Amino acid sequence: MLGLNKNDLTLLAIVAVLTLFAPFILNPFPADSAMAQFNAGYPDLMQRFIIFGIFAIGFNILFGLTGYLSFGHAAFLGVGSYAAVWMFKLLSYNVVPAIGLAIIVAGLFSVLIGYVSLRRSGIYFSILTLAFAQMSFALAYSVLSNPKFNLTNGETGLQVYKNDPQIFHGENMQDFPHFFGIYMNSTHTMNFGAWSFDFNAGYYLCAIVMILAFYLSIRIFRSPFGMMLRAIKSNQTRMSYTGLNPRPHTLAAFVISGMYAGLAGGLMAAMDPLAGAERMQWTASGEVVLMTILGGTGTLIGPVLGAGFIKYFENIFSKINDTILHQWFAFLPDGIEDFVVFIIHPFIGKGWHLTLGILFMLVVVFLPGGLVEGGQRLGKWIKSRGKSDDSSATTEPAE
Amino acid sequence: MGILEVKDVGKRFGGLQALGDVNLSVAENSVHAIIGPNGAGKSTLLNCLVGKLIPDTGSVMFDGQSVLGRSPHEINQMGISRVFQTPEIFGDLSVMENMMIPCFASRDGSFRLHALENMMNEKDIVEKAEAMLEDMNMIDKRHMHADSMSRGDKRRMEIGMCLAQEPRLLLLDEPTAGMARADTNNTIDLLKQISDERDITIAIIEHDMHVVFSLAQRITVLAQGTPLVEDTPENIKGHPKVREAYLGETQVA
Ligand SMILES: Nc1ncnc2c1ncn2[C@@H]1O[C@H](COP(=O)(O)OP(=O)(O)O)[C@@H](O)[C@H]1O
Ligand SMILES: [Mg+2]
Repeated sequence: MLGLNKNDLTLLAIVAVLTLFAPFILNPFPADSAMAQFNAGYPDLMQRFIIFGIFAIGFNILFGLTGYLSFGHAAFLGVGSYAAVWMFKLLSYNVVPAIGLAIIVAGLFSVLIGYVSLRRSGIYFSILTLAFAQMSFALAYSVLSNPKFNLTNGETGLQVYKNDPQIFHGENMQDFPHFFGIYMNSTHTMNFGAWSFDFNAGYYLCAIVMILAFYLSIRIFRSPFGMMLRAIKSNQTRMSYTGLNPRPHTLAAFVISGMYAGLAGGLMAAMDPLAGAERMQWTASGEVVLMTILGGTGTLIGPVLGAGFIKYFENIFSKINDTILHQWFAFLPDGIEDFVVFIIHPFIGKGWHLTLGILFMLVVVFLPGGLVEGGQRLGKWIKSRGKSDDSSATTEPAE
Repeated sequence: MGILEVKDVGKRFGGLQALGDVNLSVAENSVHAIIGPNGAGKSTLLNCLVGKLIPDTGSVMFDGQSVLGRSPHEINQMGISRVFQTPEIFGDLSVMENMMIPCFASRDGSFRLHALENMMNEKDIVEKAEAMLEDMNMIDKRHMHADSMSRGDKRRMEIGMCLAQEPRLLLLDEPTAGMARADTNNTIDLLKQISDERDITIAIIEHDMHVVFSLAQRITVLAQGTPLVEDTPENIKGHPKVREAYLGETQVA
């Protein structure tokens, strides 16, 4: 069905169900319990999970399949955001033209950067993409923001002002992005006993777009083109001597992943109609690399897991402070309580980067295939344990 | 006129004249061997034929068209396939995928964005790849990871990958180097069978005399970048110059 084999279809179905029911799944703790701060089911964070998931899915098409490590993909995300906000300024707050233009502009921009960067491979390619992205950042931050020609609005960031044309903006429309009248910030909160769940229009738009984007990436992975990209990663010499030109293949992969980044940038602007240059910073480019590696490079689901993992840490761990720690460890004797809090302190709040760094190191060292490999190993272990329970008597003596 | 015409090809690496005025004509549907001691310039000559190196002087014509200045994939699309000294395969891919890629390359050309097509619908490619695996006696290995195969099997698959493209000229660079005797004999049989059954020209570089004399119809002896003699295997065997430059050496070794 849908041109997928059974395993891929199952994976797609799981991803679809998880994203559509995320408001429940991510809010497992009652709203006023001590654990409530581990709830991630609020619209703002859920949108971020999905948007960075899309960004990483696209990045993985380039990095996971061809092995070309781009360090400048945030530039495409940033360009996508700017394009979307310009659509809001010029046409209306409808997200459809905004997201459409975001994808197109990011695609064109990645043709340009990809064409030049792909003349080199390995570390030189990475450095070239990094240089281009930093140039784009500098352009957005200062050069393209001057009174005569203000494309990016510099430090302040691009946003919609009252005196913008907005030629299709209806009289009675609110000043917020919408999908044909459904406002992205409209949220329905459902209370169920002590629990509370948020259903946000923006989140569901992102979720549906991500399911489509994920489906598309499965199709690309399984297509002859996807096989060619893996062939490039495996042996470019054989590729050329088999009559295949690696350059247009890698460029196509680069542009496709650039368009995914543009889509993510467009969605970001659709959730919050603002675009700033910091979105193009090299740290943002590095983040998507981390997400992909952490989740599992070259796997279908890995990038989404990696994105969710990192965004969860960034938003949840960074909120834990000493007061909360003291609450948790209040049952310990005072001296020990202070000591425990003192030990944990560097790893929480602003120290979440430290925790993430340690986890990243552990994953790279012990699970080179990322979280996906971890999951696979866990699955195998459970299976083999189940098996050995009933066959241990016969197999063990044989060894 | 041969299918491959090499005229006055020269190539220098810094101060080293690796090739000097090489002339070579390979007749269509023949097996032509190029032999010579280590460092004679055999691989360099081959690299000049497939676009890896550009000769400093001379011309290389394939089927009446110059190959000089074209990139490897263009030359391959003209009908020249190459087997490497150490097998160059897609190690991370399965054996079946390795065989499908050349099938795609000869059907679709050097680039096609078939990103949304489904592999399940590529029946002609699958059939062709499977037929080639049958021919190579490797069909039972089709789900294997290519890198996990033995060197002999990798070589066999690489030859199969080249044949799947139905090239007009097959170039082989020491295809039996580092192989055990049994593997070498298998490879000789395979190449014999290929040249008997197919409309194909084979140019083979070889160090192993046994291989050369069992396969070739013509032999060119290369020494220090220039062809010493070109003749039939029988005449080459007895040629005093060849004995001096080459055969004597192998007998010692
Ligand atoms: N890329 C290169 N750069 C410099 N010298 C080279 C290069 N390739 C080959 N040579 C030199 O050219 C000579 C011929 O080498 P080669 O063609 O590999 O010999 P053969 O394959 O006959 O053993 C050798 O002396 C080798 O060192
Ligand atoms: Mg050699």
